Amino acid sequence: MTAKKTTFNPVIWNAHYEKMEREKLSTLQFLKLKQTLERVYRLVPFYKKSFEQAGVEPGDIRSQNDLRKLPFTKKDDLRDNFPYGLFTVDLDEVVRIHSSSGTTGTPTVVGYTQNDLKVWAELMARTLSAAGGTSNSVIHIAYGYGLFTGGLGVHYGAENIKATVVPISGGQTRRQVKMMKDLGTTLLACTPSYALYLAETIDEMNLAPDDLKLKSGVFGAEPWSENMRRVIEDKLEIDAFDIYGLSEIIGPGVAYECPAKKGLHISEDHFLPEIIDPETGESLPKGSTGELVITTVSKEALPMIRYRTRDITTLTDSPCSCGRTHTRMDKVSGRSDDMIIIRGVNVFPSQVESILLEMGETEPHYQLIVDRKGSLDTLQVLVEVSEKMFSDQVRGLETLDNKIRLEIESLLGVSCSVNLVEPKSIPRSEGKARRVIDKRKL
Amino acid sequence: MIKQISVFLENKSGRLVRVARVLGDAGINIRGISIADTSDFGILRLIVDQPDAAVKELKDKGIMATETEVIAMEVPDTPGGLADVLNYLQDAGINIEYLYSFIEKPTTNAIIMMRVEKIEEALEVLKKKNVPIVGGERIYKF
Repeated sequence: MTAKKTTFNPVIWNAHYEKMEREKLSTLQFLKLKQTLERVYRLVPFYKKSFEQAGVEPGDIRSQNDLRKLPFTKKDDLRDNFPYGLFTVDLDEVVRIHSSSGTTGTPTVVGYTQNDLKVWAELMARTLSAAGGTSNSVIHIAYGYGLFTGGLGVHYGAENIKATVVPISGGQTRRQVKMMKDLGTTLLACTPSYALYLAETIDEMNLAPDDLKLKSGVFGAEPWSENMRRVIEDKLEIDAFDIYGLSEIIGPGVAYECPAKKGLHISEDHFLPEIIDPETGESLPKGSTGELVITTVSKEALPMIRYRTRDITTLTDSPCSCGRTHTRMDKVSGRSDDMIIIRGVNVFPSQVESILLEMGETEPHYQLIVDRKGSLDTLQVLVEVSEKMFSDQVRGLETLDNKIRLEIESLLGVSCSVNLVEPKSIPRSEGKARRVIDKRKL
Repeated sequence: MIKQISVFLENKSGRLVRVARVLGDAGINIRGISIADTSDFGILRLIVDQPDAAVKELKDKGIMATETEVIAMEVPDTPGGLADVLNYLQDAGINIEYLYSFIEKPTTNAIIMMRVEKIEEALEVLKKKNVPIVGGERIYKF
């Protein structure tokens, strides 16, 4: 089976900005950066303090190169200033809230002004257009709707390009397939693992890709490889495009693939990307592999200065065959922290640790085993039995097992299985247990 | 009351033999044994001649083990023998967590090891009903 490949000719949604000469773009970026810096310095005590600690004022930033003088912003800063501490506007200007799971149970909250939503819808319009979306498309959005940015983020972009939007959200996979068939869906937006699951379900329902009108898909919210792209393209007979985003920056649409599929264009009229060494924090030259750091220059409600994404990638601004001038980032190859993404949900091992600590374990030894059964991610949690936990009764241990499982599921929002294991059975290196084993072949 | 040792075992090959080997090497004799298991793990319950030493040996080898107190009682080795004794406890509202039989040289009575929720009360009930309670000197050694 071979992919039917592009029979459509994707349009560039906003050629003025997406194809802007780099020199002009640079001038625009710097202008917007200055405005953003003045704004956060004046309005957000956190930034004023962190700039002062770094011995820098907005006036010291005289070129884009000076960006490296500014301090980083981390996810912890959002948590420490929960919920609205980093907002630059009053709540009467905030029209939307989204949230992502936190590492210790405290979520992080992000806010949007009317204009922020407009920018976001613009970014997603660029993304969907690059993947062949037009006003004639029927777009099936199987990202979760709600606090997660996936569903609503794609939704407003799809409406922006005047496509026909099917806001189906997650779950009920057979019904999803039926709807795609009945409604003549042409573009699918979901996580790459769910795309595979849909492909399997299509097969189980004795349908073939030909029974559907799917032409392309925009897949993100979890890392996936070129290999997985091939599988998705073959099974669904579509063109599969990667999309990158994170709620702290805006949500999906920060970067997107064009038909060249040689990296994701970062919308540089709104975001300034840098690559740093995650250990030293030092800026690395273009072409180096390191942690992606993003500064927003259009965001109103929640601007981010040098936000550490923790995603490892490489940047290139060599010309792209599609004609877009914006810098491209490689597919994310990993994380500089221990975060794992399971079924689109961010999971930190420390979340599991906090649960075990709360249950009275002073030194919990545990391990997360992530695997992919069929096309769905599975999470298995191994917990070493300690003296405190141990009971001579099966019921006692089963209750414990269950309790740990329910606590983890309710905190992480991901189903899992818990296995109690013998003391010291989780391999240690330098006394520390290896927290995550990811067996998924992406 | 008898000291029983409970050991946590993962359901993996080689776990049981490891425990038996550790005890054997330490010169500890296993007198009674029972296992409760689920698909993931098992709890091995042991009656040994030197319970305190056994727990120490096992823990030193990184094996999770604790001591639990259980009752050893003699039950007539005839049909209905166990039922009568269990009825006494039932009438007194005492729940049995688990029990298993203990092999001894052939006599007319069987020995049952039993873990109950209210051990002192259970002992009272059994003594009142003249159920022979077996002490450590007989259980740990011949």
